This record gives sequence, structure tokens and C-alpha cells, in this order.
Amino acid sequence: MTSRRESLMSYLIVGPFAIVLAFPFYWMLMTALRADNDLYDIEQVPFKFNADSPTGANFRFLFEQTDYDKWLVNTAIVGAAVVLITLVVALPAGYALARLSGGWGQSVGVGIFLTYLVPPTLLFLPLSRVIAELNLHDRLWSLILVYPSFTVPFSIWLLMGFFKTIPPELEDAALVDGASRLSALARVVFPLSVPGILTVVIFSFSLVVNEFVYAITFISSTEAKTVSAGVPTELIRGDVFYWGALMAATLIPAIPLALLYNVFLNRFIAGFTGGAFR
Amino acid sequence: MATVARAGPSARRWQDVFEERRFLGPLLIAPAVLFILLLVGAPLALAIYLSLTDATAGGLSGDWVGLKNYTEAWDDPNFRRALRNTVIFTLVSQAIVLVGAGFLAHALVRDFRGKWFFRFLVILPWATPVALSTVAFLWIFHPLYSVANWTLTHDVVPGSPAFYPYKAINWAFARDFWPSWIQISPIEPIDPPQWLGEPNLAMAAIIFAHAWRILPFATVIFIAGLASMPPEVEDAAKIDGATGLKKFWYVTLPLQLPIALVALLFGIVFTATDMTVVYILTHGGPFNSTHMLTTWAFDTGINSAALGQGAAISLYLLPALAIVAILMLRFARKAEVT
Repeated sequence: MTSRRESLMSYLIVGPFAIVLAFPFYWMLMTALRADNDLYDIEQVPFKFNADSPTGANFRFLFEQTDYDKWLVNTAIVGAAVVLITLVVALPAGYALARLSGGWGQSVGVGIFLTYLVPPTLLFLPLSRVIAELNLHDRLWSLILVYPSFTVPFSIWLLMGFFKTIPPELEDAALVDGASRLSALARVVFPLSVPGILTVVIFSFSLVVNEFVYAITFISSTEAKTVSAGVPTELIRGDVFYWGALMAATLIPAIPLALLYNVFLNRFIAGFTGGAFR
Repeated sequence: MATVARAGPSARRWQDVFEERRFLGPLLIAPAVLFILLLVGAPLALAIYLSLTDATAGGLSGDWVGLKNYTEAWDDPNFRRALRNTVIFTLVSQAIVLVGAGFLAHALVRDFRGKWFFRFLVILPWATPVALSTVAFLWIFHPLYSVANWTLTHDVVPGSPAFYPYKAINWAFARDFWPSWIQISPIEPIDPPQWLGEPNLAMAAIIFAHAWRILPFATVIFIAGLASMPPEVEDAAKIDGATGLKKFWYVTLPLQLPIALVALLFGIVFTATDMTVVYILTHGGPFNSTHMLTTWAFDTGINSAALGQGAAISLYLLPALAIVAILMLRFARKAEVT
């Protein structure tokens, strides 16, 4: 369908962009596999392995000498808890707003979406006081409590888009068959929206992994940090950098997340733009 | 629909609530609204209250000082610099992102061999946690072991004639046609650029790292917009003989404008309120020259424990956010009418 000339144009445009966008990841990998005597030698050509490289020493260091494994576990715990809370709050709201489109339902939907634009950098100062008053400082609960403030609006928005694509006639049919409205919801609508719900799970989870401002404000003990906060604050100490280990630490969460993003990208686009901008 | 339920006996009255659209809707939405009011609305109100007091990190209560925090912040040269930096950072990185995403989306919306692999590479920066990818840029711009500098100052095409990229750059920037503010001193291999150690270069590095990570997101939104363009438009354009630049200008651009603006508004919000990239890359240095409003608020509010002052600094962002919100609302409404 596409002519040779057109696909050549695509390669010429996408190629350079792909190189710039992906280069840091190539560089993370190269650095993570390097031995120190190769890494810290200006005379060596950095694009190929010299001296004792390649080596798995940086990965071993990361898991044996640092709290990186704890940070991964913390991130997973916070992520799972936040995703759960988000689904419990956002699923019903997203459904209701999708069906109540027009009138005040639409206004509430847009209003909820706008709160997603209120950034953590505006709220972290008052929240740091609230967290201190609640004695949640240095505890994962602080993050579990606060993170839904941005995952919920974002998820309601996506879910609204997904639910709008499910025709209301399907529920009506179930209602005629004698099902109650809630059971129609549980048995007809939710099963149909599993792909949409999965998309929300993936992207909410990644928002949690991404979060940095709250994580460094609320948590100061090493053991309670998440990956995003732990790597830049604990592995970079004054002039002592563990660059090999640092790059290994950035690569480990990046690759699975990137693969998941690719699988769910089309659904994300559908939900994101389906909300109202179409 | 609800009449079916209303016919039931009075014992089922509680259940009826779940059948009645009028009640069920608000009931399902209430938890979300409550959650958001408590975790976004209340802290925002608290931030505004704190900014009007002299509260410190010790406690929530402080004495009422009116607008003193705002005027004091405004008179601080560091604040002025942070405000200017935030504007430059936002505008320049968004300009780069818009142009880049425009090209990328147009290329990626077509089918070609290996497209999924290229798309994977393009998505990578967006999928990686910001704090971690910024650490990677810290390494790329390292004062001693920077790969950027190594590439600039070494013969990258082995064999003769030797090709050193920095020589090409020096040659290009030695020309006269550059405006004075863009002129740079020639690169010396013995003393390569300190990307994070010199104010202008540090700003450039921050802008680059941020544009790098926002670009995939904008591209994805652009692709969505292009994909939603009805094929009839394409056909009509072809019949009318609109091709290339003409088609882009008269057909694609007007149709894509709303979605491009949405991407732009999002980008502005994410950029102006971002703290991670600056915090990790330079932490406002060298000599407070690259502070943004966000990092300056963090340093004042958390590190110097002047809670009220910090809140006032970050609230200077609010008018900009309000404008963006109003624009978004107008677009949402307009998009619905059509």
C-alpha cells in the first residue's frame, strides 16, 4: 500500500529520532556491563569493551551491597496498593460518568480531569506537614495514601473513554432479563472492559514508579525508599559514584515497563483521546 | 428503566436506591470526588493558607503575614532567575517537542517494515521512570567521562582523513551569521564543555533531557490524532490535487490543531511543574543559575524549612495552570460540539 518512496521517507525521519531517543539506553547497557578499570579510563574507546569487561559485577554489587532489592519490593508494594485503591474508586466513577454524559456528569468528569493538572510540586509542601502530623513520615503508607491523588483522576479519565465504547443496550438487555443494575455492571460491563482496566493498571502503576517529589519528601530512611527516590539519592553520594551499578539500576525497571507500554499503547491512545477530545 | 425496580415491595427500598439512576450515579461518583477533594482540594487550600503565614517545618500553624511571602519572594533575585528559567525551559523544550513530534508522528503513522521496533525505541524514554533516565543523563554529561565529549573530541571515523566532530562545530560557529546570543567559544579537546558546570550549557542540558522524555508522549498523542482523521479527507485531498506541503498546510494542520494544542497544553503543565529533571541534573546549580520555581520552592520549603515562603513560591505557578485549565475546558467543549 505504501510506496517505496514513502517508506524510505519514514526511515529517514524515524531513524535519526530513534537513535537520539534510544541512545541513552544503549549507553546504560554498555556502562552497566563495564568493569571499573575500563569505565574510569579516559584513554579507552567507550564504545567497545576493554580490560575486564563485559562483566556482571555491577549487577552483583547492586543486589548484594545496596538496598536496591528492598527499593524494588517497596515500589511493588506501593504500586499494587495504589492500583487497588485506584480501581476501587475509579471504576464506579468512570462508569457512572460515561453513562451520565451530557449535563452535570460531563462537567464533573472534566472537573476531575482538571485535578490531574494540579501537580505534586504544588501540593508536596502542605502534604509533607499533613504526613508528619499523621505520623506517616518514613512509612510506605504515606505514599499509598497520597499517590491515588494523581492516579484516580487519570484513571477515571481513561475508564470514561473505555466505558463509552460499550453500548448501553448490552446492560439494558441484562436488566430486562431480571439482573439488577449492579450485577449487570459486574457481569456484563466489567468483563467487556478488561483490556481497558488492564491499561489503567499498567499506566497507574507506571505513574507510581515514576513519582519522585513525594517520594523524596515523605521518605528519608534508606530502607523505605522506592526505586525512583532510592537510586538518585542513595547511590550518588558526594563524589563517589557507582556508575556501572547506577546504570544497571536504571535499566532494570525500564525494560519491562517499555515492553508493557508497547503492548498497551493502542488502548492507551483510544482511552486518552476517547474521553472528550474527539 | 427504573420503573421495574419501583414496582417492588417496600422491603426492597434500600435495593431500589441502587436501581434508580438518579441515586446510583452520584453514589458511584461520590467516593472519587471525596478522595480528590481530600487529597487535592484540601492540600491546595492548605498551601494557599500556609503561603499567607510564616509557618516553618516545625508546625502547621504560623502567624498571619498577609502577602509578605509573595512580595519577599518576588524581590529575591534567585526567584526572578527561577521564574525566567521556568519560562525559558517550558517554551524552548515545548517548541522542540512540537516540531519533533510532528515529524515523528507523520512518519510513524505510515506502515513500513520494522515499524513496531522503531516505535519501541521511540517509546523507551516515556516508559522509563524520569528520575532514573535523568541519572543516565548525569552520566552522559559527566565532567570527566562524558560520552558526548568523548565523541566530540575523538576521531569518530577511523582511518584517514581524520574526522573530529568538534572541529566541524567550531567551524560552523565561527561563521558571522549567528546572532550574538548564540555564539559560543570554540571547543578545545583539552578542556571539553562542562555540560552541567556552566550556566548556559546546564540550561541546554536540562532542556534537552526534558524534551527527550516528553517527545514520545507528544508523538503518541499526535499519532492518535492522525489515526482518527477520516480516510475520506485523505481521498478528497488527493482528488483536489493537494499533496506534500500544501496538503499539510490546508488539510492536515487545521484538522490536527485541536489535538496538537491538547498535547501542547499537557506538555506545558508537565514541564513548568516538573522538578525531577532539574533536581537530579543540576540541583539548581551552578551558583543557583538553573533553579526553576519548583526546585526553588523545594529548597526554600523543605531544605531551609521556610514552609510558608516555599508555598508562596510554588503558588506563583497557579495562574499559569489556571490559564491552561481554562483553555483545556474550551477545547473539550468545542471538540464535543463537532
